[in-house]
Amino acid sequence: MLTKKNILNPKNWISSHADYLYNYTITRVNNHDLAKDLVQETFLAGLKAMENFQGKSSERTWLISILKRKIIDYYRKINSAKGKAEVRMNFYTDGENEGDWIEERAPSDWSSEIDKSIENDELSIVLDKCIDHLPEKYAMVFRMKTIQQFETEDICKELEITSSNLWVIIHRARTQLRKCMEENWFKK
Amino acid sequence: MKLTCDEATTICDKSQYNEASFLEKIKLQLHILLCKKCGNYSKQNGIMSKCYEKKRAYDSDKKKCLCKEDKKAMENNLKENYNTTK
Repeated sequence: MLTKKNILNPKNWISSHADYLYNYTITRVNNHDLAKDLVQETFLAGLKAMENFQGKSSERTWLISILKRKIIDYYRKINSAKGKAEVRMNFYTDGENEGDWIEERAPSDWSSEIDKSIENDELSIVLDKCIDHLPEKYAMVFRMKTIQQFETEDICKELEITSSNLWVIIHRARTQLRKCMEENWFKK
Repeated sequence: MKLTCDEATTICDKSQYNEASFLEKIKLQLHILLCKKCGNYSKQNGIMSKCYEKKRAYDSDKKKCLCKEDKKAMENNLKENYNTTK
């Protein structure tokens, strides 16, 4: 059987694939410099691994598979990074009140002019700030699920997490964002 | 059968993506009947989803790409490394 063997041509990598890889990355990490670095690292890793390329997949598919590893490595790194932006607890985690709302984190009533305030363009800016206050891994998973609307299954596969793990993250992100928007936007 | 507020709001979050099961939704409704805080959360969660939807529309208008300088720098870096690996 005759099959066309794909070849690698690093001289054209930037012009052919840089934008594609960058877009792939920015939808996941949402930070220009970081995305740029990950793409750069992918190209360099590609150069080093050129002899492993068997020509079965296209050049782009092969580069994406390297990039995916880079993104998982990054996710693992932020996942294990301790301290700094700790997620705020919204519920008691032990004792007889376990699972109940912590009083000052519980939802309070919002202004009645909600619809008008949602139409305001500034909302996106405030929301962005709230998302940036989340621990990085929460922000990443939340963005992928809610803003990029990736399928749960795809996110789990990509970041090598379980779906219950994903829902815990989404839940914590959303309860935290609700609180942040309550304080900065919907306050009565 | 009885849910904690933490569990109830997790289901509520799931349902914002249409990924809560039928049974979960029933349990959530029962919980909300008895818990005003979670009732509030549930109502506000719908509003939050609308906000996220707005933001999504707002974000997708912005096109993100690498500028010429970024690409040039990458190109140079790649060339340097290409020559040393050869």
